[in-house]
Amino acid sequence: MADLRDAPLVLGIETSCDETGVGIVRGTTLLADAVASSVDEHARFGGVVPEVASRAHLEAMVPTIDRALKEAGVAATDLDGIAVTAGPGLAGALLVGVSAAKAYAYALGKPLYGVNHLASHICVDQLEHGALPEPTMALLVSGGHSSLLLSTDITSDVRPMGATIDDAAGEAFDKIARVLNLGFPGGPVIDRYAKEGDPEAIAFPRGLTGPRDPAYDFSFSGLKTAVARWIEAKRAAGEEVPVRDVAASFQEAVVDVLTRKAVRACKDEGVDHLMIGGGVAANSRLRALAQERCEAAGIRLRVPRPKLCTDNGAMVAALGAEMVARGRAASDWDLSADSSLPVTDPHVPGTSQGHGHNHDHVHEVAKDNLYS
Amino acid sequence: MLLLALDTATPAVTVALHDGESVVASSSQVDARRHGELLLPAVDRVLAEAGTKLDAVTGIVVGVGPGPYTGLRVGLMTADTFGLVLGVPVHGLCTLDALAYASCIEGPFVAATDARRKEVYWARYADRRTRVTEPAVDRPADIADQVAGLPAVGAGARLYPDTFPNAHEPEHVSAAALASLAVEKLQAGEELAAPRPLYLRRPDAQVPKNYKVVTPK
Ligand SMILES: [Zn+2]
Repeated sequence: MADLRDAPLVLGIETSCDETGVGIVRGTTLLADAVASSVDEHARFGGVVPEVASRAHLEAMVPTIDRALKEAGVAATDLDGIAVTAGPGLAGALLVGVSAAKAYAYALGKPLYGVNHLASHICVDQLEHGALPEPTMALLVSGGHSSLLLSTDITSDVRPMGATIDDAAGEAFDKIARVLNLGFPGGPVIDRYAKEGDPEAIAFPRGLTGPRDPAYDFSFSGLKTAVARWIEAKRAAGEEVPVRDVAASFQEAVVDVLTRKAVRACKDEGVDHLMIGGGVAANSRLRALAQERCEAAGIRLRVPRPKLCTDNGAMVAALGAEMVARGRAASDWDLSADSSLPVTDPHVPGTSQGHGHNHDHVHEVAKDNLYS
Repeated sequence: MLLLALDTATPAVTVALHDGESVVASSSQVDARRHGELLLPAVDRVLAEAGTKLDAVTGIVVGVGPGPYTGLRVGLMTADTFGLVLGVPVHGLCTLDALAYASCIEGPFVAATDARRKEVYWARYADRRTRVTEPAVDRPADIADQVAGLPAVGAGARLYPDTFPNAHEPEHVSAAALASLAVEKLQAGEELAAPRPLYLRRPDAQVPKNYKVVTPK
């Protein structure tokens, strides 16, 4: 879908975890998606180390902004706004991105939009498949989140339907990869081995799928333990662990529950669109099974390309552009990085009068300011 | 010349503007938990007080610590990003040097800031312009011999009177001192360091030896 030349041009900054992402979009058109990842530095720890991630963000930020501007072929002065992930995420990591975005917006005299990481994961699909249908059901799965969300307007109304009650789906992939000695991160490598294995070889448990269990919540902790025990039993018996079958059967248990619950939520709510985002959305079996089940249920599935599913700046820019297009209030210069920003807050509007910023604007502290 | 100075390496969130002759405006707030919220509004206020705009700034100097990581990065990231947009040089100065520069002590002394975890960031000075040891992070009791008999400045000294019985002003670093020191050095033709953080500690991270066995023994 073609964008008008006057659609908002927005730069987005994402630092909620281990990717330093800077993206630039014009309306719903992707112009640049520059990402610097510190994932290799975390590999030997078997998980993301917050301080290592924060240090890497500081180093990578300015070069990544430069790269995004070059890739997009636009001048910073032409931007209509700067968007940044205000939360949720790792507190120290978020703070680097928020500091950069504020300084960038202030120095350029542009409005600042602190936006929600989860809403950004949903909104990024506009860059792939055009304007989001309203309402949209979204299944977000990554190392940090596993949520089912329903949105009627991505800039103002995101409702939590369900979420994991213990581990995120991506964490389970990392853990099982570690038990199988396959390294970190676990998602891509499990996916690879699973392609050559039998998904029905081992019947691993499907968490929270009993008749009395919450319909849309997830649990992967029990599955994780069951798989680890199964592997350990094999090893204890001196038998070889069938890595491909374990990977395939484990992966099947995860994606079966994810897709089953997502499709059920769509049916229950009468929503005919499902979008899947987050790093685990790159999983080939999740995509295939979701496609199959959505088709059977008459639901249209939208999954962005893998690079847009993992954390990146383009998704933040996409949501920022939507905020500008819909005239949402800009954030104030005292915007916080909020590691537990509720999913129900798609962005963090300012409390000062009017919206937008310029250097002549006087920022008075609102009377109901939490800190005053 | 119009130099913007920032420091967020310690609980003080401090901003100043220096025109090459004197500090024309400044702001200091002490709040260890709100560096991210306070810094940009402080920059805005200082510029307004001086009746100028950010694009009039010809250079930036930022305190590079040592300091507890999270707050420290707010100042560095802000300075770097301003530098990117404005196309002006961004200099780094040791936060302890700015603290020492603001003291009135004649003769040798110590500057110490709170490093949390019962440690201090510290360095020894021959006088307020001359640091004689590399910045370090230590438990106060472990450096008692090295600082014995010396007066000390900074909140780190006040926190540990057993090691630093002779604590003096200033308690907190000010960007006004940071700016003045930077201007003095620049006017003397000195090259200032790049704005790279002085963490002095390695990230806390455990390398898991192996996964935790879940099968009950
Ligand atoms: Zn994410």
